[in-house]
Amino acid sequence: MKPDYHQYWQPTVFIIGLIFSTLSGNSSAATSDNSNIRLLAGGCNICHGPDGISSGPAIPSIAGLSGEYLRSTLEGFKSGEIPSTSMGRIVKAYNSDELQALAAHYSGRPFINARQPYNPKQAKRGEKLHEQYCEKCHARGGQSVDDDAGRLAGQWRPYLIWALKDFRSGQRIAGKKMQQRLDKLYIRKGKAGFSALLHYYASQKQ
Amino acid sequence: MTITRRRFIKTLGAASALSLGGTPFLALGANRQIVIIGGGIGGTTAARQIRLIDPTIDVTLIEPKQHYYTCFMSNEVLCGKRKLSSIRFDYTGLKALDINVIHDKATHITPNRQKITTKGGKTLSYDRCIIAPGIDFKWESIDGFDEKTARIFPHAWQAGQQTEILQKQLGSMPNGGTVIITPPSGPMRAPHAPYERASQIAHYLKQHKSRSKVLIFDAKIAFPQQALFFQAWEKLFGYGTHSSLIEWYGGPDYALIRLDTASHTIITVAGDRHTGDILNIIPAQQAGHIAATAGLTDTSGWCPVDLHTFESTQHKGIHIIGDACIANPMQKLGSAANSQAKACAAAVTSLLNGRAPGPAVFTDVAYSTMGEAYTFSTVGTYRLAKGSNSLTRVAGGSTPSDASATHLKREAAYAESWFNNLTKDTFG
Repeated sequence: MKPDYHQYWQPTVFIIGLIFSTLSGNSSAATSDNSNIRLLAGGCNICHGPDGISSGPAIPSIAGLSGEYLRSTLEGFKSGEIPSTSMGRIVKAYNSDELQALAAHYSGRPFINARQPYNPKQAKRGEKLHEQYCEKCHARGGQSVDDDAGRLAGQWRPYLIWALKDFRSGQRIAGKKMQQRLDKLYIRKGKAGFSALLHYYASQKQ
Repeated sequence: MTITRRRFIKTLGAASALSLGGTPFLALGANRQIVIIGGGIGGTTAARQIRLIDPTIDVTLIEPKQHYYTCFMSNEVLCGKRKLSSIRFDYTGLKALDINVIHDKATHITPNRQKITTKGGKTLSYDRCIIAPGIDFKWESIDGFDEKTARIFPHAWQAGQQTEILQKQLGSMPNGGTVIITPPSGPMRAPHAPYERASQIAHYLKQHKSRSKVLIFDAKIAFPQQALFFQAWEKLFGYGTHSSLIEWYGGPDYALIRLDTASHTIITVAGDRHTGDILNIIPAQQAGHIAATAGLTDTSGWCPVDLHTFESTQHKGIHIIGDACIANPMQKLGSAANSQAKACAAAVTSLLNGRAPGPAVFTDVAYSTMGEAYTFSTVGTYRLAKGSNSLTRVAGGSTPSDASATHLKREAAYAESWFNNLTKDTFG
């Protein structure tokens, strides 16, 4: 089942291998011992996708988010403070140290923007609204996760629609500043304003 | 055959790892070999995960078919919500990871020689073997029913052609027709799924053939999430009323023992005869065939394993994952197979690298779709108690019975995303 090029290559490989192992001083270069976090995170990927990149559209990507944002969100699901369908049921299996480890793990993985449809006209309008209402905390057009901001740019739109609905209905508690800004945006621009905003985030592909 | 740069780096890694171990001459042999039998959710996930954990190990997957059809979401094909092609996957994702995929049928395992032979005449050696053979049917449990008859009276419990047969039968059934579903007794793949299927078929009938009925003659006296199913059936299909689209009869008396193909009639243990336009006969199940021929099954027909590594308790060096293994109280589900495969992949690579396997956490997820914007779920998270070989469910549960319409609607959407992500996580 295997071509037998080993006969030719192995002696050379062996010598290089010796040099390599001497230089690196560590035999497990190819098998870095991240197996415990892998075992812990295996279940998350079943719903959130490999390495926390969701194929969507309703389940969000969780890679590359702020570690503290992820940790506090997981704790919020666990306590029931953040409403959920199944997260609250699942997350109870993990203690706080494990949730912290999971948060750090996914935080360290690269975020990949979701490829999804959007309305260009609305996106343009949304960009302006973002500048005005959201950019201060969700910097760089919603790409930044600094200061534990949730990732908006390139996140799945159906997920953001529901998250926003939960914040608006009071089922999910936003920070005071965020609540004020959401209220202001709603009073001035109505539902259309929110819609435009979310098309803007969906439009970000880079 | 030319050596690729990838393969070269890979081999280099193996040589360096072994050279430090004080047995450099072993490195002159071939790479360590893991052979996986079965390209379903478990086998495919295991292949991918091993490659991602340790690229120095050669991974071979033996699977006769070019395509795999997922059983999860196959009920949505029956009602026309999904196309059959949407549940079809292939192995290009594995091949892209330099996993050796052999389309052949593994026919024999010789545990003491660590060899596998195939129908195509190949012999493969392994350091560790993982088998994920899925289920096999106990054809003999129903008189008059066999693999050939199942082309007319489909079980549709392995997706693909069987799904298509059942879907076509539903399409051509006259309004006023009767669909009979017969869930078996004993452990089975996706134990909630006969009832999801009944719901999906009723959903289709309600729209297109509303004078028809689904009758379930169940060998079991109770079934998973029964209260949630009954609640949904009452809301959507008039369950419990004279005009209900679904009727359920359960208990040992209702178990199917004989099929009369000529008259489309099932005969139960109690001697009752029921005739239907469509007979969806789901036979009792056991571990996939090769598990039994390799001596890996016990008297239950399933494979006992050490749940820390999924290594057979009957033959060293062979690991069994997915539906075929005994991993109660995890359900026999695609998500469970994926979860077990990850634990097994980590354990097997650890063992080959002389490390102790880490502690695993297992997850299984089942969504049941009742109709438009009406889905509920059951999730479970499991751990091994220290020093024991039994799994404990540490968290989980089902959608609450007082869930709002919004909640059920969101679960419907999450089910779609879950399908996308589970299959991506499995097939790449």
